[in-house]
Amino acid sequence: MENQIFELQYAMDTFYFLVCGALVMWMAAGFAMLEAGLVRSKNTTEILTKNVALFAVSCIMYMVCGYAIMYGGGYFLSGIAGGETLVADALAASKEEGFGGGSVYADPSDFFFQVVFVATAMSIVSGAVAERMKLWSFLIFAVVMTGFIYPMEGAWTWNGDAVFGMYTLGDLGFSDFAGSGIVHMAGASAALAGVLLLGARKGKYGADGSVNAIPGANLPLATLGTFILWMGWFGFNGGSVLKLGDIANSNAVAMVFLNTNAAAAGGAMAAIITARLLFGKADLTMLLNGALAGLVAITAEPSTPSALQATLFGGIGGVLVVFSIITLDKLKIDDPVGAISVHGVVGLLGLLLVPLTNDGSSFSGQIIGALTIFVWVFGASLITWAIIKAVMGIRVTEEEEYEGVDLAECGMEAYPEFTKS
Amino acid sequence: MKLVSAIIKPFKLDDVREALSEIGVQGITVTEVKGFGRQKGHTELYRGAEYVVDFLPKVKLEAVVDDGLVDQVIETVTKSANTGKIGDGKIFVYPVEQAIRIRTGETGSEAL
Repeated sequence: MENQIFELQYAMDTFYFLVCGALVMWMAAGFAMLEAGLVRSKNTTEILTKNVALFAVSCIMYMVCGYAIMYGGGYFLSGIAGGETLVADALAASKEEGFGGGSVYADPSDFFFQVVFVATAMSIVSGAVAERMKLWSFLIFAVVMTGFIYPMEGAWTWNGDAVFGMYTLGDLGFSDFAGSGIVHMAGASAALAGVLLLGARKGKYGADGSVNAIPGANLPLATLGTFILWMGWFGFNGGSVLKLGDIANSNAVAMVFLNTNAAAAGGAMAAIITARLLFGKADLTMLLNGALAGLVAITAEPSTPSALQATLFGGIGGVLVVFSIITLDKLKIDDPVGAISVHGVVGLLGLLLVPLTNDGSSFSGQIIGALTIFVWVFGASLITWAIIKAVMGIRVTEEEEYEGVDLAECGMEAYPEFTKS
Repeated sequence: MKLVSAIIKPFKLDDVREALSEIGVQGITVTEVKGFGRQKGHTELYRGAEYVVDFLPKVKLEAVVDDGLVDQVIETVTKSANTGKIGDGKIFVYPVEQAIRIRTGETGSEAL
Protein backbone atom coordinates (compact mmCIF):
# COMPACT_ATOMS: atom_id res chain seq x y z
CA MET A 1 0.00 0.00 0.00
CA GLU A 2 2.79 2.40 0.91
CA ASN A 3 4.47 1.72 -2.41
CA GLN A 4 1.27 2.42 -4.29
CA ILE A 5 0.88 5.77 -2.55
CA PHE A 6 4.46 6.64 -3.46
CA GLU A 7 3.77 5.62 -7.04
CA LEU A 8 0.73 7.85 -7.11
CA GLN A 9 2.70 10.73 -5.66
CA TYR A 10 5.41 10.15 -8.28
CA ALA A 11 2.79 10.13 -10.99
CA MET A 12 1.12 13.28 -9.72
CA ASP A 13 4.36 15.24 -9.36
CA THR A 14 5.54 14.12 -12.78
CA PHE A 15 2.21 15.08 -14.28
CA TYR A 16 2.29 18.46 -12.57
CA PHE A 17 5.81 19.07 -13.84
CA LEU A 18 4.83 18.21 -17.40
CA VAL A 19 1.73 20.39 -17.40
CA CYS A 20 3.70 23.32 -16.00
CA GLY A 21 6.36 22.72 -18.66
CA ALA A 22 3.69 22.83 -21.33
CA LEU A 23 2.43 26.13 -19.88
CA VAL A 24 5.95 27.57 -20.03
CA MET A 25 6.34 26.28 -23.58
CA TRP A 26 3.28 28.35 -24.45
CA MET A 27 5.16 31.44 -23.29
CA ALA A 28 7.10 31.10 -26.55
CA ALA A 29 3.83 31.96 -28.27
CA GLY A 30 3.44 34.92 -25.94
CA PHE A 31 6.88 36.27 -26.80
CA ALA A 32 6.24 35.72 -30.51
CA MET A 33 2.96 37.65 -30.41
CA LEU A 34 4.29 40.42 -28.17
CA GLU A 35 7.31 40.98 -30.38
CA ALA A 36 5.30 40.70 -33.61
CA GLY A 37 2.97 43.36 -32.26
CA LEU A 38 5.68 45.80 -31.24
CA VAL A 39 7.71 45.78 -34.47
CA ARG A 40 6.71 47.36 -37.77
CA SER A 41 4.70 45.22 -40.18
CA LYS A 42 7.64 44.96 -42.58
CA ASN A 43 9.55 42.99 -39.94
CA THR A 44 6.77 40.64 -38.83
CA THR A 45 7.60 37.48 -40.76
CA GLU A 46 11.21 37.59 -39.67
CA ILE A 47 10.46 38.05 -35.97
CA LEU A 48 8.02 35.14 -36.10
CA THR A 49 10.62 33.00 -37.90
CA LYS A 50 13.16 33.92 -35.27
CA ASN A 51 10.84 33.04 -32.40
CA VAL A 52 9.96 29.59 -33.71
CA ALA A 53 13.53 28.84 -34.78
CA LEU A 54 15.08 29.95 -31.50
CA PHE A 55 12.70 27.69 -29.62
CA ALA A 56 13.74 24.76 -31.77
CA VAL A 57 17.44 25.63 -31.44
CA SER A 58 17.06 25.82 -27.65
CA CYS A 59 15.44 22.38 -27.51
CA ILE A 60 18.14 20.81 -29.68
CA MET A 61 21.13 22.45 -27.97
CA TYR A 62 19.84 21.76 -24.47
CA MET A 63 19.37 18.15 -25.49
CA VAL A 64 22.84 17.93 -27.07
CA CYS A 65 24.90 19.43 -24.24
CA GLY A 66 23.05 22.15 -22.28
CA TYR A 67 21.31 19.86 -19.82
CA ALA A 68 24.48 17.86 -19.23
CA ILE A 69 26.51 21.02 -18.54
CA MET A 70 23.86 22.36 -16.18
CA TYR A 71 22.81 19.27 -14.25
CA GLY A 72 25.32 16.57 -15.16
CA GLY A 73 24.42 13.30 -16.85
CA GLY A 74 25.28 12.27 -20.37
CA TYR A 75 25.34 14.33 -23.53
CA PHE A 76 22.37 13.82 -25.84
CA LEU A 77 20.32 12.96 -22.71
CA SER A 78 21.71 9.43 -22.77
CA GLY A 79 20.28 7.40 -19.93
CA ILE A 80 17.49 9.84 -19.11
CA ALA A 81 14.77 7.32 -19.96
CA GLY A 82 15.75 5.26 -16.90
CA GLY A 83 17.04 1.71 -16.75
CA GLU A 84 15.46 -1.58 -15.72
CA THR A 85 15.62 -0.67 -12.04
CA LEU A 86 13.71 2.59 -12.65
CA VAL A 87 10.70 1.69 -10.51
CA ALA A 88 12.69 0.25 -7.64
CA ASP A 89 15.06 3.27 -7.67
CA ALA A 90 12.19 5.74 -7.60
CA LEU A 91 10.47 3.90 -4.75
CA ALA A 92 13.72 3.79 -2.78
CA ALA A 93 14.14 7.53 -3.31
CA SER A 94 10.55 8.17 -2.24
CA LYS A 95 11.05 6.12 0.93
CA GLU A 96 14.22 8.01 1.72
CA GLU A 97 12.56 11.40 1.23
CA GLY A 98 9.33 10.38 2.91
CA PHE A 99 5.86 11.42 1.77
CA GLY A 100 6.34 15.09 2.66
CA GLY A 101 9.99 15.32 1.63
CA GLY A 102 11.71 16.44 -1.54
CA SER A 103 10.04 15.70 -4.82
CA VAL A 104 10.63 12.53 -6.77
CA TYR A 105 9.57 12.58 -10.40
CA ALA A 106 10.50 11.18 -13.79
CA ASP A 107 13.85 12.46 -15.10
CA PRO A 108 12.51 13.23 -18.61
CA SER A 109 9.91 15.53 -17.05
CA ASP A 110 12.74 17.47 -15.42
CA PHE A 111 14.43 17.93 -18.79
CA PHE A 112 11.14 19.00 -20.33
CA PHE A 113 10.53 21.58 -17.60
CA GLN A 114 14.09 22.92 -17.77
CA VAL A 115 14.34 23.17 -21.54
CA VAL A 116 11.44 25.60 -21.83
CA PHE A 117 13.25 27.95 -19.43
CA VAL A 118 16.24 28.02 -21.77
CA ALA A 119 13.94 28.94 -24.62
CA THR A 120 12.42 31.70 -22.49
CA ALA A 121 15.84 33.23 -21.83
CA MET A 122 16.60 33.13 -25.54
CA SER A 123 13.21 34.62 -26.50
CA ILE A 124 14.10 37.70 -24.45
CA VAL A 125 17.06 38.36 -26.75
CA SER A 126 15.07 38.25 -29.96
CA GLY A 127 12.81 41.20 -29.14
CA ALA A 128 15.65 43.54 -28.18
CA VAL A 129 17.58 43.01 -31.42
CA ALA A 130 14.49 43.07 -33.61
CA GLU A 131 14.13 44.84 -36.96
CA ARG A 132 17.82 45.07 -37.86
CA MET A 133 19.72 41.89 -36.99
CA LYS A 134 20.61 39.20 -39.51
CA LEU A 135 18.48 36.12 -38.94
CA TRP A 136 21.28 33.57 -39.19
CA SER A 137 23.68 35.54 -37.00
CA PHE A 138 20.98 35.54 -34.36
CA LEU A 139 20.42 31.81 -34.65
CA ILE A 140 24.15 31.08 -34.38
CA PHE A 141 24.19 33.13 -31.19
CA ALA A 142 21.20 31.10 -29.99
CA VAL A 143 23.25 27.91 -30.40
CA VAL A 144 26.02 29.25 -28.12
CA MET A 145 23.63 30.85 -25.63
CA THR A 146 21.39 27.82 -25.12
CA GLY A 147 24.10 25.20 -25.44
CA PHE A 148 26.75 26.82 -23.28
CA ILE A 149 26.32 30.33 -21.80
CA TYR A 150 22.99 29.73 -20.05
CA PRO A 151 23.78 26.18 -18.86
CA MET A 152 27.02 27.40 -17.24
CA GLU A 153 25.31 29.96 -15.02
CA GLY A 154 22.40 27.57 -14.49
CA ALA A 155 24.84 25.04 -13.07
CA TRP A 156 26.28 27.62 -10.64
CA THR A 157 22.84 28.59 -9.39
CA TRP A 158 20.16 25.93 -9.53
CA ASN A 159 22.59 23.01 -9.54
CA GLY A 160 24.79 24.52 -6.79
CA ASP A 161 28.13 24.10 -8.60
CA ALA A 162 31.02 26.34 -7.56
CA VAL A 163 31.66 29.27 -9.93
CA PHE A 164 34.83 28.16 -11.76
CA GLY A 165 35.70 26.36 -8.53
CA MET A 166 35.99 29.65 -6.61
CA TYR A 167 32.80 30.15 -4.60
CA THR A 168 29.35 28.64 -4.28
CA LEU A 169 26.43 31.05 -4.58
CA GLY A 170 24.09 29.00 -2.42
CA ASP A 171 26.51 29.21 0.53
CA LEU A 172 26.54 33.02 0.22
CA GLY A 173 22.78 33.24 0.63
CA PHE A 174 21.82 33.52 -3.03
CA SER A 175 18.25 32.50 -3.82
CA ASP A 176 16.38 32.73 -7.12
CA PHE A 177 13.21 30.65 -6.96
CA ALA A 178 12.12 30.53 -10.60
CA GLY A 179 14.72 32.67 -12.34
CA SER A 180 14.32 36.46 -12.14
CA GLY A 181 18.09 36.48 -12.45
CA ILE A 182 18.96 33.05 -13.82
CA VAL A 183 16.52 33.22 -16.72
CA HIS A 184 15.25 36.79 -17.17
CA MET A 185 18.26 38.91 -16.28
CA ALA A 186 20.48 36.41 -18.09
CA GLY A 187 18.44 36.78 -21.27
CA ALA A 188 18.47 40.56 -20.93
CA SER A 189 22.26 40.60 -20.37
CA ALA A 190 22.80 38.69 -23.60
CA ALA A 191 20.37 41.07 -25.31
CA LEU A 192 22.19 44.14 -24.00
CA ALA A 193 25.52 42.85 -25.31
CA GLY A 194 23.90 42.27 -28.71
CA VAL A 195 22.22 45.67 -28.84
CA LEU A 196 25.45 47.48 -27.94
CA LEU A 197 27.29 45.87 -30.85
CA LEU A 198 24.31 46.14 -33.18
CA GLY A 199 23.35 49.79 -32.75
CA ALA A 200 19.96 51.44 -32.88
CA ARG A 201 17.37 51.08 -35.64
CA LYS A 202 17.82 53.67 -38.35
CA GLY A 203 15.75 56.73 -37.60
CA LYS A 204 15.23 55.93 -33.91
CA TYR A 205 17.54 58.68 -32.67
CA GLY A 206 17.95 62.05 -34.38
CA ALA A 207 21.34 63.72 -34.88
CA ASP A 208 20.30 66.35 -32.35
CA GLY A 209 19.79 63.70 -29.66
CA SER A 210 16.02 63.50 -30.12
CA VAL A 211 14.22 60.20 -29.57
CA ASN A 212 11.86 59.27 -32.38
CA ALA A 213 8.98 56.91 -31.77
CA ILE A 214 8.74 53.87 -34.03
CA PRO A 215 5.25 52.61 -33.21
CA GLY A 216 4.51 48.89 -33.22
CA ALA A 217 2.32 47.58 -36.02
CA ASN A 218 -0.24 45.57 -34.11
CA LEU A 219 -1.17 46.32 -30.51
CA PRO A 220 -3.91 43.65 -30.36
CA LEU A 221 -1.18 41.03 -31.00
CA ALA A 222 1.06 42.60 -28.35
CA THR A 223 -1.83 42.46 -25.89
CA LEU A 224 -2.59 38.83 -26.70
CA GLY A 225 1.10 38.04 -26.27
CA THR A 226 1.13 39.65 -22.84
CA PHE A 227 -1.89 37.63 -21.70
CA ILE A 228 -0.30 34.42 -23.01
CA LEU A 229 2.89 35.21 -21.07
CA TRP A 230 0.86 36.03 -17.97
CA MET A 231 -0.85 32.63 -18.22
CA GLY A 232 2.36 30.75 -19.01
CA TRP A 233 3.99 32.32 -15.97
CA PHE A 234 1.78 30.21 -13.69
CA GLY A 235 3.71 27.23 -15.03
CA PHE A 236 7.00 29.10 -14.81
CA ASN A 237 6.65 29.97 -11.13
CA GLY A 238 4.12 27.33 -10.09
CA GLY A 239 6.14 24.49 -11.55
CA SER A 240 9.27 25.74 -9.83
CA VAL A 241 7.86 24.53 -6.51
CA LEU A 242 8.82 21.15 -8.08
CA LYS A 243 6.22 19.23 -6.12
CA LEU A 244 2.46 19.17 -5.68
CA GLY A 245 1.88 15.83 -3.98
CA ASP A 246 1.31 16.73 -0.32
CA ILE A 247 -0.63 19.38 1.57
CA ALA A 248 2.33 21.61 2.38
CA ASN A 249 3.50 21.71 -1.23
CA SER A 250 -0.02 22.05 -2.66
CA ASN A 251 -0.43 25.07 -0.47
CA ALA A 252 2.89 26.47 -1.62
CA VAL A 253 1.85 25.98 -5.24
CA ALA A 254 -1.45 27.76 -4.65
CA MET A 255 0.34 30.63 -2.95
CA VAL A 256 2.78 30.90 -5.85
CA PHE A 257 -0.07 31.06 -8.38
CA LEU A 258 -1.83 33.69 -6.27
CA ASN A 259 1.29 35.83 -5.82
CA THR A 260 2.32 35.55 -9.45
CA ASN A 261 -1.07 36.83 -10.53
CA ALA A 262 -1.10 39.56 -7.88
CA ALA A 263 2.31 40.85 -8.92
CA ALA A 264 1.27 41.06 -12.57
CA ALA A 265 -1.80 43.06 -11.61
CA GLY A 266 0.26 45.38 -9.40
CA GLY A 267 2.86 45.87 -12.13
CA ALA A 268 0.28 46.64 -14.79
CA MET A 269 -1.55 49.29 -12.80
CA ALA A 270 1.61 50.88 -11.44
CA ALA A 271 3.01 51.18 -14.97
CA ILE A 272 -0.07 52.68 -16.54
CA ILE A 273 -0.49 55.20 -13.74
CA THR A 274 3.19 56.12 -14.05
CA ALA A 275 2.83 56.51 -17.82
CA ARG A 276 -0.30 58.64 -17.39
CA LEU A 277 1.48 60.91 -14.93
CA LEU A 278 4.61 61.22 -17.07
CA PHE A 279 3.14 61.43 -20.58
CA GLY A 280 -0.44 62.56 -19.97
CA LYS A 281 -1.74 59.50 -21.82
CA ALA A 282 -2.47 55.90 -20.83
CA ASP A 283 0.20 54.17 -22.94
CA LEU A 284 -0.93 50.60 -23.66
CA THR A 285 2.59 49.35 -24.39
CA MET A 286 3.72 50.52 -20.97
CA LEU A 287 0.74 48.76 -19.38
CA LEU A 288 1.80 45.55 -21.10
CA ASN A 289 5.45 45.97 -20.12
CA GLY A 290 4.25 46.76 -16.58
CA ALA A 291 2.33 43.49 -16.25
CA LEU A 292 5.41 41.59 -17.44
CA ALA A 293 7.63 43.59 -15.09
CA GLY A 294 5.39 42.60 -12.18
CA LEU A 295 5.77 38.97 -13.19
CA VAL A 296 9.56 39.22 -13.50
CA ALA A 297 9.80 40.98 -10.13
CA ILE A 298 7.98 38.21 -8.26
CA THR A 299 9.70 35.33 -10.04
CA ALA A 300 12.74 35.32 -7.75
CA GLU A 301 10.52 34.58 -4.75
CA PRO A 302 6.81 33.98 -5.30
CA SER A 303 6.24 31.65 -2.34
CA THR A 304 7.11 33.67 0.78
CA PRO A 305 5.52 37.14 0.24
CA SER A 306 1.94 37.80 1.29
CA ALA A 307 -0.53 38.61 -1.46
CA LEU A 308 -0.31 42.31 -0.59
CA GLN A 309 3.49 42.22 -0.63
CA ALA A 310 3.41 40.45 -4.01
CA THR A 311 1.13 43.16 -5.41
CA LEU A 312 3.44 45.87 -4.10
CA PHE A 313 6.57 44.11 -5.38
CA GLY A 314 4.93 43.88 -8.78
CA GLY A 315 3.99 47.54 -8.50
CA ILE A 316 7.59 48.57 -7.84
CA GLY A 317 8.56 46.61 -10.94
CA GLY A 318 5.84 48.40 -12.90
CA VAL A 319 7.09 51.86 -11.94
CA LEU A 320 10.72 50.91 -12.46
CA VAL A 321 10.14 49.51 -15.93
CA VAL A 322 8.68 52.78 -17.25
CA PHE A 323 11.63 54.83 -16.00
CA SER A 324 14.05 52.19 -17.23
CA ILE A 325 12.60 52.26 -20.77
CA ILE A 326 12.85 56.06 -20.87
CA THR A 327 16.40 56.00 -19.51
CA LEU A 328 17.61 53.37 -21.99
CA ASP A 329 16.18 55.50 -24.80
CA LYS A 330 18.11 58.50 -23.49
CA LEU A 331 21.27 56.37 -23.49
CA LYS A 332 20.45 55.45 -27.13
CA ILE A 333 20.15 51.77 -26.31
CA ASP A 334 17.42 50.86 -28.76
CA ASP A 335 15.19 48.05 -27.50
CA PRO A 336 12.00 47.89 -29.60
CA VAL A 337 10.05 45.77 -27.13
CA GLY A 338 11.55 46.91 -23.81
CA ALA A 339 13.05 43.48 -23.08
CA ILE A 340 16.20 44.77 -21.39
CA SER A 341 14.10 46.89 -19.01
CA VAL A 342 11.42 44.29 -18.31
CA HIS A 343 13.69 41.30 -17.86
CA GLY A 344 17.04 42.81 -16.96
CA VAL A 345 16.42 45.83 -14.76
CA VAL A 346 13.33 44.36 -13.14
CA GLY A 347 14.97 40.93 -12.95
CA LEU A 348 17.66 42.51 -10.79
CA LEU A 349 14.95 44.16 -8.70
CA GLY A 350 13.32 40.76 -8.23
CA LEU A 351 16.57 39.31 -6.88
CA LEU A 352 17.01 42.22 -4.47
CA LEU A 353 13.45 41.86 -3.13
CA VAL A 354 13.98 38.23 -2.07
CA PRO A 355 15.68 38.87 1.32
CA LEU A 356 12.69 41.02 2.39
CA THR A 357 10.51 37.95 2.75
CA ASN A 358 12.89 35.00 2.61
CA ASP A 359 15.18 34.57 5.62
CA GLY A 360 17.22 31.99 3.77
CA SER A 361 18.73 34.61 1.49
CA SER A 362 20.90 37.66 2.06
CA PHE A 363 21.36 40.96 0.23
CA SER A 364 25.07 40.33 -0.19
CA GLY A 365 24.34 36.89 -1.62
CA GLN A 366 21.79 38.32 -4.03
CA ILE A 367 24.17 41.05 -5.21
CA ILE A 368 27.06 38.62 -5.71
CA GLY A 369 24.73 36.25 -7.53
CA ALA A 370 23.39 39.01 -9.76
CA LEU A 371 26.91 40.20 -10.55
CA THR A 372 28.07 36.67 -11.29
CA ILE A 373 25.18 36.08 -13.71
CA PHE A 374 25.54 39.49 -15.36
CA VAL A 375 29.31 39.48 -15.75
CA TRP A 376 29.33 35.94 -17.13
CA VAL A 377 26.38 36.21 -19.50
CA PHE A 378 27.14 39.75 -20.66
CA GLY A 379 30.85 39.04 -21.12
CA ALA A 380 30.45 35.69 -22.84
CA SER A 381 27.68 37.11 -25.04
CA LEU A 382 29.72 40.15 -25.99
CA ILE A 383 32.59 37.93 -27.11
CA THR A 384 30.22 35.65 -29.01
CA TRP A 385 28.42 38.54 -30.73
CA ALA A 386 31.79 40.13 -31.58
CA ILE A 387 33.07 36.93 -33.20
CA ILE A 388 29.86 36.53 -35.20
CA LYS A 389 30.09 40.19 -36.21
CA ALA A 390 33.67 39.78 -37.40
CA VAL A 391 32.98 36.58 -39.32
CA MET A 392 29.62 37.18 -40.98
CA GLY A 393 28.23 40.47 -39.70
CA ILE A 394 25.22 40.87 -37.43
CA ARG A 395 23.37 43.73 -39.10
CA VAL A 396 21.45 43.84 -42.37
CA THR A 397 22.32 46.58 -44.88
CA GLU A 398 20.68 49.98 -44.61
CA GLU A 399 18.60 49.32 -47.71
CA GLU A 400 17.44 45.95 -46.39
CA GLU A 401 16.51 47.57 -43.10
CA TYR A 402 14.49 50.19 -44.94
CA GLU A 403 12.64 47.60 -47.01
CA GLY A 404 12.15 45.40 -43.97
CA VAL A 405 13.94 42.23 -42.88
CA ASP A 406 10.88 40.23 -43.96
CA LEU A 407 11.91 40.62 -47.58
CA ALA A 408 15.66 40.62 -46.96
CA GLU A 409 15.76 37.50 -44.77
CA CYS A 410 12.59 35.55 -45.45
CA GLY A 411 11.58 36.74 -48.91
CA MET A 412 7.97 37.09 -47.90
CA GLU A 413 5.74 39.68 -46.33
CA ALA A 414 3.46 39.07 -43.39
CA TYR A 415 0.51 40.89 -44.99
CA PRO A 416 1.07 40.75 -48.78
CA GLU A 417 -2.53 41.60 -49.65
CA PHE A 418 -2.42 44.91 -47.81
CA THR A 419 0.26 46.26 -50.10
CA LYS A 420 -0.61 44.61 -53.40
CA SER A 421 -4.25 45.65 -53.82
CA MET B 1 -20.72 69.61 -67.06
CA LYS B 2 -18.48 70.13 -64.13
CA LEU B 3 -16.46 67.80 -61.90
CA VAL B 4 -16.95 68.70 -58.26
CA SER B 5 -14.14 67.26 -56.16
CA ALA B 6 -14.55 67.60 -52.41
CA ILE B 7 -12.01 66.56 -49.78
CA ILE B 8 -13.85 66.03 -46.51
CA LYS B 9 -13.54 64.48 -43.08
CA PRO B 10 -14.12 60.72 -43.33
CA PHE B 11 -16.84 60.59 -40.68
CA LYS B 12 -18.92 63.13 -42.66
CA LEU B 13 -19.11 60.91 -45.75
CA ASP B 14 -22.51 59.42 -44.97
CA ASP B 15 -24.09 62.82 -44.31
CA VAL B 16 -22.71 64.25 -47.55
CA ARG B 17 -23.77 61.25 -49.61
CA GLU B 18 -27.34 61.44 -48.30
CA ALA B 19 -27.56 65.17 -48.83
CA LEU B 20 -26.29 64.85 -52.42
CA SER B 21 -28.75 62.07 -53.20
CA GLU B 22 -31.58 64.29 -52.00
CA ILE B 23 -30.73 67.06 -54.44
CA GLY B 24 -30.56 64.60 -57.34
CA VAL B 25 -26.89 63.78 -57.79
CA GLN B 26 -26.92 60.40 -59.56
CA GLY B 27 -23.47 59.08 -58.82
CA ILE B 28 -20.35 59.78 -56.82
CA THR B 29 -16.90 58.26 -56.61
CA VAL B 30 -15.08 58.10 -53.29
CA THR B 31 -11.36 57.62 -52.61
CA GLU B 32 -9.58 57.34 -49.28
CA VAL B 33 -6.76 59.85 -49.35
CA LYS B 34 -4.19 61.39 -47.01
CA GLY B 35 -2.94 64.92 -46.90
CA PHE B 36 -2.60 68.14 -45.01
CA GLY B 37 -3.71 71.74 -45.36
CA ARG B 38 -3.59 74.55 -42.89
CA GLN B 39 -4.56 72.05 -40.20
CA LYS B 40 -1.12 70.39 -40.69
CA GLY B 41 -0.62 66.98 -39.11
CA HIS B 42 -0.88 66.13 -35.46
CA THR B 43 1.40 64.57 -32.86
CA GLU B 44 0.95 61.16 -31.29
CA LEU B 45 2.71 59.56 -28.35
CA TYR B 46 4.38 56.14 -28.20
CA ARG B 47 6.30 54.90 -25.17
CA GLY B 48 6.97 58.46 -24.04
CA ALA B 49 8.27 59.71 -27.40
CA GLU B 50 6.20 62.09 -29.52
CA TYR B 51 5.97 61.64 -33.24
CA VAL B 52 4.29 63.73 -35.92
CA VAL B 53 1.67 62.32 -38.24
CA ASP B 54 2.11 64.62 -41.28
CA PHE B 55 -0.70 63.31 -43.46
CA LEU B 56 -4.17 62.95 -42.06
CA PRO B 57 -6.75 60.56 -43.48
CA LYS B 58 -9.46 62.26 -45.56
CA VAL B 59 -12.07 61.18 -48.06
CA LYS B 60 -12.07 62.56 -51.61
CA LEU B 61 -15.52 62.58 -53.13
CA GLU B 62 -16.03 63.27 -56.84
CA ALA B 63 -19.25 63.92 -58.74
CA VAL B 64 -19.78 65.06 -62.32
CA VAL B 65 -22.95 67.17 -62.57
CA ASP B 66 -24.76 69.48 -65.00
CA ASP B 67 -23.69 73.09 -64.96
CA GLY B 68 -27.04 74.08 -63.48
CA LEU B 69 -26.61 71.85 -60.47
CA VAL B 70 -23.06 72.91 -59.57
CA ASP B 71 -23.90 75.73 -57.18
CA GLN B 72 -26.43 73.58 -55.35
CA VAL B 73 -23.91 70.72 -55.02
CA ILE B 74 -21.28 73.08 -53.64
CA GLU B 75 -23.77 74.50 -51.16
CA THR B 76 -24.95 71.03 -50.10
CA VAL B 77 -21.42 69.70 -49.56
CA THR B 78 -20.38 72.84 -47.73
CA LYS B 79 -23.34 72.55 -45.42
CA SER B 80 -23.30 68.79 -44.78
CA ALA B 81 -19.53 68.41 -44.36
CA ASN B 82 -19.18 71.39 -42.07
CA THR B 83 -18.15 70.88 -38.46
CA GLY B 84 -16.85 74.41 -37.94
CA LYS B 85 -13.47 73.04 -36.87
CA ILE B 86 -10.19 73.20 -38.71
CA GLY B 87 -9.67 70.35 -41.18
CA ASP B 88 -13.14 70.29 -42.74
CA GLY B 89 -11.61 70.14 -46.20
CA LYS B 90 -11.97 71.88 -49.58
CA ILE B 91 -14.02 71.77 -52.75
CA PHE B 92 -12.56 72.11 -56.23
CA VAL B 93 -14.55 72.48 -59.46
CA TYR B 94 -13.19 71.50 -62.88
CA PRO B 95 -14.74 71.68 -66.35
CA VAL B 96 -15.51 68.31 -67.92
CA GLU B 97 -15.21 67.92 -71.69
CA GLN B 98 -17.20 64.81 -72.25
CA ALA B 99 -18.98 61.95 -70.44
CA ILE B 100 -19.90 58.58 -71.96
CA ARG B 101 -21.95 55.77 -70.45
CA ILE B 102 -20.07 52.64 -71.45
CA ARG B 103 -23.09 50.29 -71.53
CA THR B 104 -25.24 52.34 -73.94
CA GLY B 105 -22.86 54.80 -75.52
CA GLU B 106 -24.96 57.77 -74.35
CA THR B 107 -22.97 60.98 -74.10
CA GLY B 108 -23.08 64.33 -72.32
CA SER B 109 -25.73 64.98 -69.65
CA GLU B 110 -27.55 61.78 -70.73
CA ALA B 111 -24.60 59.78 -69.49
CA LEU B 112 -24.57 61.22 -65.97
